Amino acid sequence: MNLNVFLLTKDAGLNKWNILSINTISRDQLLNKNIYLILIISLVFAISFWIGFNVNLLPAEASINAPIYDELFKILFITGLIIFIGMTIAVIYSLFKFRKRNDQIGDGIALEGNLSLEIVWTIIPSIIVLLIGLYSYNIYDRMGGMKELNHNHEMMSSNSEKIWAGISQTSDNEKAMNNLSIEVSAMQFAFLFNYPKGNFISGELHVPVDQKVSMKMESKDVIHAFWVPEFRIKQDIIPGQPTILNFTPTKVGKYPIICAELCGPYHGGMRASIIVQEESDYNEWFNKNKKPEVNL
Amino acid sequence: MTISIDPQKTNNESLQPKGWLRYFSFSLDHKVIGIQYLVCGFLFYLIGGTLASAIRIELASPMSDFMPRDVYNQVLTLHGTIMIFLWIVPVVNGAFGNYLIPFYVGARDMAFPRLNAVAFWLIPPSGLMLVASYFVEGAAQAGWTAYPPLSITTPQSGQIIWILSVLLLGGSSIFGGINFIATIIKLRRPGLKLMQLPMYCWAMLGTSLLVVLSTPVLAGTLILLSFDIIANTGFFNPVLGGNVVVYQHLFWFYSHPAVYIMVLPAFGLVSEILPVHARKPLFGYTTMVFSIMGIVVLGLVVWAHHMFTSGTPPWMRLFFTIATAFIAVPTGIKFFNWVATLWGGRISINSAMLFSCGFIINFVFGGITGVALAQVPFDIHVHDTYFVVAHFHYIVYGGTVFIIFSSIYHWFPKVAGKMLNEKLGILHFIITFIGFNLCFAPQHWLGLNGMPRRVAEYDPQFQFVNQISSLGALLMAISTIPFIINVFLSVRNGKNAGDNPWNALTPEWLTSSPPPVENWEGEAPLVEEPYGYGKEISEQK
Repeated sequence: MNLNVFLLTKDAGLNKWNILSINTISRDQLLNKNIYLILIISLVFAISFWIGFNVNLLPAEASINAPIYDELFKILFITGLIIFIGMTIAVIYSLFKFRKRNDQIGDGIALEGNLSLEIVWTIIPSIIVLLIGLYSYNIYDRMGGMKELNHNHEMMSSNSEKIWAGISQTSDNEKAMNNLSIEVSAMQFAFLFNYPKGNFISGELHVPVDQKVSMKMESKDVIHAFWVPEFRIKQDIIPGQPTILNFTPTKVGKYPIICAELCGPYHGGMRASIIVQEESDYNEWFNKNKKPEVNL
Repeated sequence: MTISIDPQKTNNESLQPKGWLRYFSFSLDHKVIGIQYLVCGFLFYLIGGTLASAIRIELASPMSDFMPRDVYNQVLTLHGTIMIFLWIVPVVNGAFGNYLIPFYVGARDMAFPRLNAVAFWLIPPSGLMLVASYFVEGAAQAGWTAYPPLSITTPQSGQIIWILSVLLLGGSSIFGGINFIATIIKLRRPGLKLMQLPMYCWAMLGTSLLVVLSTPVLAGTLILLSFDIIANTGFFNPVLGGNVVVYQHLFWFYSHPAVYIMVLPAFGLVSEILPVHARKPLFGYTTMVFSIMGIVVLGLVVWAHHMFTSGTPPWMRLFFTIATAFIAVPTGIKFFNWVATLWGGRISINSAMLFSCGFIINFVFGGITGVALAQVPFDIHVHDTYFVVAHFHYIVYGGTVFIIFSSIYHWFPKVAGKMLNEKLGILHFIITFIGFNLCFAPQHWLGLNGMPRRVAEYDPQFQFVNQISSLGALLMAISTIPFIINVFLSVRNGKNAGDNPWNALTPEWLTSSPPPVENWEGEAPLVEEPYGYGKEISEQK
C-alpha cells in the first residue's frame, strides 16, 4: 500500500498537476521520499512480526490440531497486522498532512484515478488472498478435514446411514492406529459419553493421551456443538444427523468441553470436562467403570 | 423522458399537513419519508441499544445474576433483530436512499411514491409488535437466526410474532428495493448517463438487486418455519423427518447478502462524503462501480461460511472459503480508493470526516478478521464464539453505524437548513470511537480463549476482559447523549446553513435548504461531474 503512495506522488509530481503541495519533486527529493517510505514499510513489517511472534492470544495447545492451527493463526495475524497498521498510518497521515490550513483556499488536486495503481491494488490483494486460501487448504488437509470419514469407523460399517462430515485427524504415531470409539449424545443441557467397548455411559470424557479418538455425535433435541478450545476443534451436534469428530490429544490434563450453539436458557451452563490421562490411568478408570456385556 | 407532475398528486400534497406534522402523515414526498425512516430507525436504535446495555450489565459478572436466563435469550434475540431489521437496514437503505436517490437521478420523487409510503408505514407496526411480544408470553428466544429445532421448541407465541414481524419488515425492504431499481434505471433526468451518477446510486442499485433476489428466500423460509410451529409440519423438524441444516442454508442465503445490504449503502455514502470534505474527486470511479457489482455477485455465493461446523461436506467448505476470501479483493479496492481520495486533498477535519475515517479504520480491522474467519480451519475454532461477535460488530457498528452518523453530520444542514454544532460532534466521535474499540476489541481474545457467544454466564477467568468490554459499552451509551443534545439544540438554534455549506457538487446541494417539495424550483440541474473538485482552479491557472 505504501508503494502506491510512492507511485501516486510520482505520478502527480512528474507530469500534470503543478499546483500541488507535492509538486515538482527533484530526483534527490524523490530518493529521500523513497528512503522514508522504505523505512516506514520496514518498521510496519518489523512491528507486525514482533507482535505476531511475541503476543500469544491463544489458549494451551493440547491436541495434534492445535500447533497446526496456531501456525495458520500466526500467519493470518501477521498479515492482518501489516495491512491494518499500514492502512491506519495512511489514514492518519493523510488527515494530518493534507488537512486544510486556515490560510488555504480552493480544492485539492483534481486526481480522478490512476489505472496502473488500481490494477496494482487489485492484483496484490488477489495474490495474498489466493496464497492464504491455498495455505489454509494445506492446513485443513493436515488437520484431516479433506479425509473420507466413513472408513475405519466400526460403528459405521454396521449400517448404511448417512454420516455428515466433521473433521478427521490423522497421526503418524503408532499408538494412534488403535481407534478409541465413543458415542456422544447431547441434550438440553448435558453431554453423555457412551463407551461401547465398556458398555457404560459417563458424564466426563476420559481419553488416553496420544491416541486417536473417534466420536460419533448425535443430539436428542436441539442443535448443540462440541468445542474444546485447547484442541482447536468444534463440530455441531445435530438432531437426526450424526456427525463425526476425530482428534488426538497430546497433553495430559483436564479441559472444558463447551456447547457453542445456542440451545436454550441454560446454554451458558452446558459444560462437560475432557480428562486426558496417561494410558495406564485411563485403563484403570475404564476397567473400574466397565460393565459386563448383557445379552438380551 | 421528462417527469410530468401528476395533478392528482399535487392536490394530495396540498391537503397534507405542513410543518413538523407532515412527518406523522402518510406523506408521498420522498424527503419526508426519508426522515420518517431515519427518526423511526433511531428510536429503535435506542431500544436496541438499551437491550445491548442489559446484555453488557449481565456479562459484567460471570454468574447469571442480572436477569433470568430465558429473558437474557429474549434480550439478545431482540437486540439482534431490532438492530438489523429496524435500524441499520431501514436507515442506510430507506432513510438515505429515499432522501438522496431522487436528487441524484434528477427526479422530483421516487418512481412509486405510494409504494414508498407503504414500505415505510409497515415498519412502525411491525417493530412495535416485536417489542410488545415481551409482554405476551415472552419474546422470541432462539437468537436472530431462529435455528430450528430450538425455534420450534421454545414458547411459540413470541416466535410467531417474531416471524410475522420479520416478514413485514422483509416486505417493506422488497418494496423499497423495487422502488430504488425503478427510480435509478427509469427516472434519470434526460442527458444523465449511468456512469455519471453519484456512487451512492450504484451502491443502492447493487443493494436493491440483493434485496430483491434474496429477501424472498428468507420470507419463504420463515413461512415454512411458521408452518412447523403452528401446523406441526416437518420441514425443519427432525422428529418428523425434517432437515435442520436445510433451514440454515436457506436462512443464510438471505442473511449473508443482508450483510452487504447493510454495508454497500454505507460504502456509497462514504464515497459521497469523503470527496466533499477532502476537496478531491472520488478516486477510481469506474473501479468503484465494478467492485460494487463484484461484491453483489460474490455476495450471493458465500452463505455457507456461516455453516462450517454444521456438517457440510469438505468440497463445499473449500468452495465457500475461496469465494468468501475473494470478496476481500473488491472490498479492498474500495478502501485503497478512499485513502487515495484523501491523499493530496484539502481535508476539513470535521465530525463527518472523522466518522468516515473512523469507519475506514474499523472496517479494515473487521475485514481482516473476516478474511481469517473465511478460512475453514481458522473458523472451526472460533465459530459461534465472541470472536465472531467482535468481528461482525466491527463490520456493522464500526462500519455502517459510523457512516450513519457521518451522513447525519453531512446532510443535516440540507435537511434542517441549520448546521450541527461541531464541538459536540467531535466529542460524540471521540467517545464513540474509544467506547466502540474498548467494547469490541477485547472480545476477540475472549472468543479465541474459550468464551462462546449467547451465554449469560462464563468462566471467572474472563471476568476482567468482560468488564473492560462493558465499560466500552457504557461509553457507547453515553456517546449518544451529546449527539441527541446536538440535534435538538441545532434544530432550534443552529447556525443557518445556507443552500450549500460544504460547497459540494452533487445535485442535492444545488437547491435550497431544506429543499422545496418538488426538489428544485425550476428544471433539475444536469450534474455531469458530481466529483469535479479541483478542476475550476486548474482551469483558472
